[in-house]
Amino acid sequence: MAENIPMLALSPTMEEGVIVKWVKNEGDAVAQGDVLCEVETDKATMEYESPADGVLLKILAQEGSSVPVGKEIATIGEAGEKAEGAAKTAEPEHEKEEKAVEKPAEAEKKPQEPAKAEKPPEKAEPEPEPPAEQTQKPRLPEEAPPQQKMTKPAAEGKFVATPLARRLADERGVDLSTVQGSGPDGRITRDDVKAAVSKTSPQAATAAAQGTLEDKTIEITPKRKVIADTLSGSKFSAPHFYLKVTAGVENLMAARARLNKSLNAHVSVNAFLIKFVAETLRRHPMVNATWKEDAIEQHAAIDIALAVSQPDGLIAPVVRDCGAKGILQIDTELKALVDKTRKGALTRADYADSTFTVSSLGTYGIEEFTAIINPPGSAILAVGEFMKICVADENEQICAKLCAKLTLSCDHRLIDGAIGANFLRDLKQMIEYPIEPLY
Amino acid sequence: MAKSDAKKKTQYGPEFLKGLLEGMLLIRRFEEKAAQMYGLRKIGGFCHIYIGQEAIAVGAAAAIDPARDYIMTAYRDHGHALAASMDPKVVMAELYGKITGCSRGKGGSMHLFDVERHFYGGHGIVGAHIPLATGVALKIKYRGEKGVILCFFGDGAVHQGSFHEALNMAGVWKLPVVYICENNWYGMGTDYRRVSAVHDLSSLASSYNMPGKQVDGMDAIAVFENIKEAVAAVRTESQPSLLELRTYRYMGHSMSDPGTYRTKEEILKQKEQDPILILKNKMTADGVLAEDDYQQMDKRCKQAVAEAVDFAEASEMPAIETMYEDVFK
Amino acid sequence: MPVIAYRDALNQAIDEEMARDDRVFLIGEEVALYNGAYKVSRGLHDKYGDRRVIDTPISEEGFTGIGIGAAMAGLRPIVEWMTFNFSIQALDQVINNAAKMRYMSGGQFSVPIVFRGPNGPAEWLSSQHSQALDAIYSHVPGLKVISAATPYDAKGLLKSAIRDDNPVVMMEAELLYGAKGDVPTDEYLIPLGKADIKRPGREVTLITFGKVVHMVLAAAEALAQDGIDAEVIDLRSLRPLDEAAIVASVAKTSRCIVIDEGWPIASVGAYVAWLVSHRCFDRLDAQVELVTSEDIPMPYNHQLELAAQPSVDKILAAVEKVLYL
Repeated sequence: MAENIPMLALSPTMEEGVIVKWVKNEGDAVAQGDVLCEVETDKATMEYESPADGVLLKILAQEGSSVPVGKEIATIGEAGEKAEGAAKTAEPEHEKEEKAVEKPAEAEKKPQEPAKAEKPPEKAEPEPEPPAEQTQKPRLPEEAPPQQKMTKPAAEGKFVATPLARRLADERGVDLSTVQGSGPDGRITRDDVKAAVSKTSPQAATAAAQGTLEDKTIEITPKRKVIADTLSGSKFSAPHFYLKVTAGVENLMAARARLNKSLNAHVSVNAFLIKFVAETLRRHPMVNATWKEDAIEQHAAIDIALAVSQPDGLIAPVVRDCGAKGILQIDTELKALVDKTRKGALTRADYADSTFTVSSLGTYGIEEFTAIINPPGSAILAVGEFMKICVADENEQICAKLCAKLTLSCDHRLIDGAIGANFLRDLKQMIEYPIEPLY
Repeated sequence: MAKSDAKKKTQYGPEFLKGLLEGMLLIRRFEEKAAQMYGLRKIGGFCHIYIGQEAIAVGAAAAIDPARDYIMTAYRDHGHALAASMDPKVVMAELYGKITGCSRGKGGSMHLFDVERHFYGGHGIVGAHIPLATGVALKIKYRGEKGVILCFFGDGAVHQGSFHEALNMAGVWKLPVVYICENNWYGMGTDYRRVSAVHDLSSLASSYNMPGKQVDGMDAIAVFENIKEAVAAVRTESQPSLLELRTYRYMGHSMSDPGTYRTKEEILKQKEQDPILILKNKMTADGVLAEDDYQQMDKRCKQAVAEAVDFAEASEMPAIETMYEDVFK
Repeated sequence: MPVIAYRDALNQAIDEEMARDDRVFLIGEEVALYNGAYKVSRGLHDKYGDRRVIDTPISEEGFTGIGIGAAMAGLRPIVEWMTFNFSIQALDQVINNAAKMRYMSGGQFSVPIVFRGPNGPAEWLSSQHSQALDAIYSHVPGLKVISAATPYDAKGLLKSAIRDDNPVVMMEAELLYGAKGDVPTDEYLIPLGKADIKRPGREVTLITFGKVVHMVLAAAEALAQDGIDAEVIDLRSLRPLDEAAIVASVAKTSRCIVIDEGWPIASVGAYVAWLVSHRCFDRLDAQVELVTSEDIPMPYNHQLELAAQPSVDKILAAVEKVLYL
């Protein structure tokens, strides 16, 4: 019996899918589970597996076409069969409560379909007593009774199922009245439903096996809203480009170790980085500037923000006027700001109006990344993990060297590639040989 | 039984005496109004009226230093709360169950509190607060402070285990506490002599190595002097004590008590010993109180109580969500 | 990491908190000169003296109430009950005074106090000295209730309890006092209200607390031999309950057994079982099972008293039911 197969929802939110490629051609023999075609969903490109054994009789949706969930994409039947006679498949089910009773309703309609001569083989099997009322009285679709009434007869004593089994059946469109329960007194369990699902839809079975995430709606906090608005505003209005260098940080770490030892202190790496960035910015005023639509504002003060992760979202407190401050003072102010951040005591004055931002994900083991510019600044430096990498030294010998990968995101409206490149080159130089700029 | 000498002219200045008198009068007027408002169903639940016993709360409060000393009492607590200088407004609002009440409408008549004024409640289980007060005394001693706590309870409470356990430990540890038994003759409807093996309740102190004394609880000056003396013993010798203050309540145990266990004659006879009358007569005889003074005083008290009622009436009910508040800190 | 006994972990917690905060003191029967009926307070009287380690007469209601009064007035007492069986004498103080003072006073007073001592069945003690009273205390709003299964948890929980501004009831166990376990030298706190996954697993959730955690872990090991992967959740805090941990685990496993060494009716376990059926209803692939002590007073005879309590076999039988084995 030829059967038209529909586009399936291959992601939870998919409304339609684009046929990227047909893997099988018309006339090819297919087995249940074979990949028929590749479908691009709203999330990814997924493989569409054949729900049945047979021959791919006809391709109804060509490569490149977008097909709504539920619409037929191909006909599968036996060799020599005509595709035109294929039985229609179900319309997409929008109300999940209807799913549980879809089959009995279908069964009634089927006699009226063109393919009525070919009774579905499963009808020949003794079904576990579908509700008599539904099988005997033909019912037009518009007469469909309210959902509650439709699910109730099944729930009332026709079968016993665990709550999880009921829910899974609901989600996967399994008619529990067709499932044989393996639990005590024939109780239908999760495994019974999964077995039933995998018999009919391999995709659904895979999805069901995947874990226990919960659907839930998280309310957007005001802070999250600000982050979303600021960053999407930045990303959508400022044309970003990215420059990457690898900088050796051994001198920096050695200098820091000396300083910490002599002061018996714990000056942070970030304080050093901020100071080096400030010194470099002083030499590249266009990177310490703001795009104002009708003008470019260069800033006298170098106000550097440091991105700090918080459970309720990111925030970037600002160390003011870093050009005029030493590493120790920057460190002290930075620690006070981070402390304030942890206590949730930052005020707007603490985080607004930075001219440049530093973001570091090194402690997460991130080697390198690109960051979104934090306005009103026009560039942001993304600092990766300090890690040993193999390099060739002056004598062409391979050695391990402590390095960090730096990525500068620039707003191309005011920072051209060369400006950004010069800045980053000088910053790398500053980090590697902090004495040299003083020559 | 210790009494002040009614014949002798007192050593106290007129302002001090007027303070005692006005304190008692405020409680009297407040309680009359509370009873009235209970009858109008503005106040519900258990409401224990203090009329007849005013000399004790007022005389005792005058004998301590509210900055370092503490007061704790049982459920007949309106008088003690007012004597501890709580605002009649927040007390009345609490009886009304309003959010402006001292306990935000969650405590009611039996659970008045004012942590600032060292008024540590208003407790509803007979005798169960006696260990609590003893614990406050432990804190005073632990911290090396100079304070004392006055722990008030009725004649019914002395037969609870908590009374004996607490007095024993206070005796062992010499805690700064004065236990004040207000013997108003009836534990609810039961004449105390029917349920007590000893009729001099102050004698119970002897079991716990502390002095016990009976005091005329209808005489505000006697109350003041004897409590002052007990407090001094705490401060100078770390000596806790038990005072039995003989008193009488005019009204039922609570507002739902018809008082059929005693005769009208008995009540009328007791009313001749009215604490307010005793002090007023004495002050008049001593020439420190003119009738007009008294009338002015009474007017002020009635005015304060009227304002308390207005305040309670006008106050908001607690919002439903407040019921989830104050469970944990 | 040093391995120390449960009683010594408690001792360290009390010692450290007493050293840290002069408001903290220990009061109870035999806590000072005798060094504690179960030697939990060993050495503390020598170190802190009469003022801060206070022997009381046998007056549970009295010294419990004294502790509560002292807490109202700003101290932070630790009240030791020689056993929870005797705490019943003080129940009025705990339920009517400690738990409700803050509420009745409209938030004016708080009662930062810890009540602690051994709870639950011991051995050869008959009915009055061998019973789990977790449910009685957990029933009461205004109390926090904790139950530690290991020395590590005992120390971390007790320190948090002492620092908490509310009354905390800590249920220990006579049979656990000698149990040894890792306890770090560095200071740490375990927040109240956080359950601990004592053994991660995928197929069935075993929720329990207190002494029986060890029995449940043994049952989980036996299940592992049969290829069944059980997750063991130690509630640690009975009030507040870590509902998120319970729900997350059952959402994962779809099967849940609650093990409580108390009696079945109106028990902590019964509440947790309801909570699971309520919060995880359509995650469940089997009924929630409850394994408790039998609904009888504890008998003296050892065979009978063991039969009266939860056992590995009873837990395994429950697992069979929920896994349809």
